[in-house]
Order: sequence, then structure tokens, then C-alpha cells
Amino acid sequence: MKKQLLAMIIGLNITAVAQAATPSMEEMWQMIQQQQGEIATLKQQLRKNDARIQETEVIAEATISAVEQISMAPSASSKTTFGGYGELHYNSLDRDDSSASKDEMDFHRFVMFTGHQFSDRVRFFSELEVEHSVAGDDQPGEVELEQAYIEWDLASQHSAKAGLFLLPIGIINETHEPNTFYGTERNNVEKNIIPATWWEGGAAIKGEISEGLSYDAAIHSGLFLDAGEYKPRDGRQKVGKARADDFAFTGRLKYTAIPGLEIAASVQVQQDIRQGEGEAIGGTLFETHVAWQRDDFQLRALYARWDFDSAINNIAVGADEQTGFYIEPSYRISDKIGLFARYSEYDNLAGSATNTAVEQVDIGLNYWLHPNVVFKIDYQNQDTPTETGYDGFNMGVGYSF
Amino acid sequence: MLKELYRAALVTAAAACFAITSLASFSVSAKGVYQSGADFFAEVFAQQQAESKILWLTPEIRTQAAAIVGHPVRGLRIRYHQSDKKTAWILEEIGKEMPITIGVVVEEDVIQLVKILAYRESRGGEVRYPAYTAQYKGAALQEDYQLNRNIDGITGATLSMWAVNKVAALALYYHAVVNQSSATHQP
Repeated sequence: MKKQLLAMIIGLNITAVAQAATPSMEEMWQMIQQQQGEIATLKQQLRKNDARIQETEVIAEATISAVEQISMAPSASSKTTFGGYGELHYNSLDRDDSSASKDEMDFHRFVMFTGHQFSDRVRFFSELEVEHSVAGDDQPGEVELEQAYIEWDLASQHSAKAGLFLLPIGIINETHEPNTFYGTERNNVEKNIIPATWWEGGAAIKGEISEGLSYDAAIHSGLFLDAGEYKPRDGRQKVGKARADDFAFTGRLKYTAIPGLEIAASVQVQQDIRQGEGEAIGGTLFETHVAWQRDDFQLRALYARWDFDSAINNIAVGADEQTGFYIEPSYRISDKIGLFARYSEYDNLAGSATNTAVEQVDIGLNYWLHPNVVFKIDYQNQDTPTETGYDGFNMGVGYSF
Repeated sequence: MLKELYRAALVTAAAACFAITSLASFSVSAKGVYQSGADFFAEVFAQQQAESKILWLTPEIRTQAAAIVGHPVRGLRIRYHQSDKKTAWILEEIGKEMPITIGVVVEEDVIQLVKILAYRESRGGEVRYPAYTAQYKGAALQEDYQLNRNIDGITGATLSMWAVNKVAALALYYHAVVNQSSATHQP
């Protein structure tokens, strides 16, 4: 009986609860109204969030752009550039007649480049060099200004420069960073005949005639050979209070349309290498070269010839003709190591009937620790008619940046 | 007297030459800008629908990119264009002193085109010749992130050649990244 009563009470309660949980139509309407309000509020918040996201994207874009502009825009300091190169040499050489030897450690060149971009069209470039480490009275070295010029663009493919600049002759006169050529010492032909490194003061224009065919033309200070001198190398005045009674002119045509190949020819006219002192001596330099690279093989060959007025023979017989040439094959074994051989011959008295030529064979290797850092070792065998040539080893380390 | 006249004539001729060319220069465009970036992309994707995308330079990408070019890369992102498996990049690298702007097109991990869009250096501009840039067509990345072929250089333009080599390798690396990872982001 008790159980039946209990079940009845529970059933009544459940029915009551069920009746209480089911909302009436009016309650349901109110609930719907309430939910609609909440949906509207959520929609509004969503729209606000969308707007905020868009605003955040705009802010992020603006911030990133600003950061990039600050980090990537050329600053005033980046308009001024700095670089340099240098090379330390060790020579261990003996003269053919055993009368002398040369065992020498020499920081041959320490060079600093400074440039400045005034505008898209106008720039400055300079090269200051300390040669042989120590300069001064009775010291072996010199401090030399090798380049200091203003260059400006005349047109998209043509530019002019004025100041002190390297002459457009030969292979190494303009490009002579140690990591760009083989051999510890620069080759004797360009050194003694052209003579590299050679800079003068004046003005020049350069440009492209067509794709792969370029020209250079320059009017500049000339050589000055003092009494008793006849070698062009002795005539470089280095633009230090240089005698400028008579100017000189240099022109070059260069063909580089085929990748890996450069063929060039330069002509220079000296009006008077005595610069008005005594009998005038004019001269003409002709130089031509080819540089050819195919895969790992490279070949460089150069010929240079001076023709001076015969009056120079009064200083040294045969100096009216001074010639030289070299041929240099090389092979890159790997990115790090390259082997080379060079045969060169030059003669500052080629106009004489006697043999006065200097012949030299070099073989050696370059080891590039980094593309801009090179170690070099080579053996040279130099022969002269008077047994004054030097044979032996050269080693060096060089860098550029 | 004749010598003096000769010298005066030479100096006058040189001055006249400079004056004429200087005056003429005011009417020409800035040196060495050969094609705009927009024109480059339009030319590359003339026959295709390409999307403009962004590659964000994450620390991993930045580290590898720096190893390829030999110095830290600047900026936070690289914009590029892509159509299917073909990507086009415009990147800059300094030759000796000034940045060279280079366009590179990569398809299926192989270079299709290298084009110099702007060259600002005084020397070494031969790298912009089509005969030179054609050497890069077909080049791919080796495991050491170097190009898998020799590029015949130009005497006196070594630094410019190195700059183009670096950019070609960098574009190949970026192409590999965007085709294998989720490092890209729609602008």
C-alpha cells in the first residue's frame, strides 16, 4: 500500500515538473525575441571584429613597409663605399750569374678604395695605395694616389670622367686585385712595356657603340723621360706636379659580345716624352690582348709595342722600338685551386741589332681560400742575354673586398 | 706657334665634345634601368594567369639565403609571381658598389630565364647581354646550394658575375621553398 502511494506521489511530481518546463507560446515568443537580440548583438560584434582585422592588416602592412623602407633604403652612409686590396709577397730568387740573390718579404701593396655616389648620374671613386709598407725619406715604399676621379653619365650607355684615372690599356692595368690574376708578381710585359700600373690626370669618355663593343677615349698628362731615361716605366709622373707641356691621348676598342671572351686593342699617342726639354720625342703605343675563358680553362695573351721617334736612340740605342708579349694558359682544377703557366718576353731596346730581350717562364698555382682571398706560389725562370735574369720561387697572399 | 695652335684646337675639341654630350644627356633616362618589375612580370606571364604572392623570410629561410649570397638578406618578405609550378622573382645584389636588379624565372626547379632589369655599376655591364644571361637557362641547384654548371665569365666583370650567380641560386632556393612548404602567404 505504501509502495503504491509512493509511486503515485512521484508520478504527480513528474507531471507537474513536465508541465512547468514546457513554455507557453508567449514565453516562447519572448525567448525568440531575446535570442534575436543576442544574434543582432553578435552580428554587430562580428562586424566590428572584421573591421578590426582589416584595420590590423592595414597597420601590419604599413608597419612592415615602414620597417622595410628603413632597413632597405639607402642611407647617407651607404652612398659612400669603402673597399680595398692588398698583397704580401715572399721572393726567393738567384741571379743566373750567381752574383746576387733576392730573398725578400714585402707587403707589396696596401690599397684602400673610397667612393661616393652624389646622385644616380654623378659619382666619385678613389684608390690610395701604400707600396712596400713604409714610405718616407730613405724608405723603400711610397704613398700613391692611383685613382681619384669624378664620373658622370652622359647617356644610358655613355659616361665621362675627369680627374686622376687608370689608363684603358692592357689586362691588369684597370683590374689588378690579387685574386683576379695568376702569379705572385704581376707579369713583366705589362709592367715594363705598357707600363702598368699607369695612371694619369685628364678627362675621358667611355661607352658602348653596340652590344659587346665598347670604346674609351682619353686626353691626359703624358710621360716625362728625364735625361738619360728611355723606358716608359721611368716616365710615369704619377700626376705629382707633372710636366704637362705636351698631352697624350689614349683610345681603346673592346669586344665582349661572346661570354668568356674579351678582345681589345688600345692606341696611345705621346706628343713629346721630353715635355719640351731638348729635342722632342714623340711616341705611339699599340697594345692588343685576348682573354678567353671556357669552362675551367682560361687563356690570356697580350702584345704591346712602343714606337718612339729615332731621337730616343741618342739616349739608348734601340730604344725607338720597345716590345713585349705573353701567353698564359690556366686551368681551374676546382673552385679553390687553379694552375697556370706563362711565357713572356719583353725588350726595352728592341730596335737595336743585338739581342736584348728578357724571356721568362712562370708556372704555379693559386689557392682561393675564399673567392676574395688567395694564396699563390710560383716558380720563375728568367733569361737575359747578359745572364742577369733571376730564377726561383715567389709566394704570396692577397685579398680584396 | 703651330704647336700652341694644335694644343688649343685639341683642348677646344675635347671641351666641345664634353659640352655636346653633357647637354644631350639631359634628355635621356637614368643609367641602366632596362625594364620595370611590372613589365618583367607581365612579359613572363603574358600567356598565363599569375598570382602575386609573398614569401615571408622565416629564420630558417633567412639563414639559408644568407649562406647562399654570403651576407645577411635584407627585408622581411619577398614578393613573387606564380602560375602553377612557374615562379618569377625580382632580386637585388651588389656587384662591386651598386645593386644590380635581376629578374629570374624558375619552372620545375630549373631556371628558365635570367634578365638584368637594372645595372648601376660603372664597369661590368656586359653581364646584362642576353648572350651572357642565356648561360643560366637550364641551371639547377646542387646539394651545396651552388649552381650545377659553369658560367663563362667576363674579364673585369667578375664581381658582377658573382652577383648574378648568387641571385640565380637564391631564386632557385626560394622557388623550392614555396613549392614544398607553407611559408607563403596571400597578400
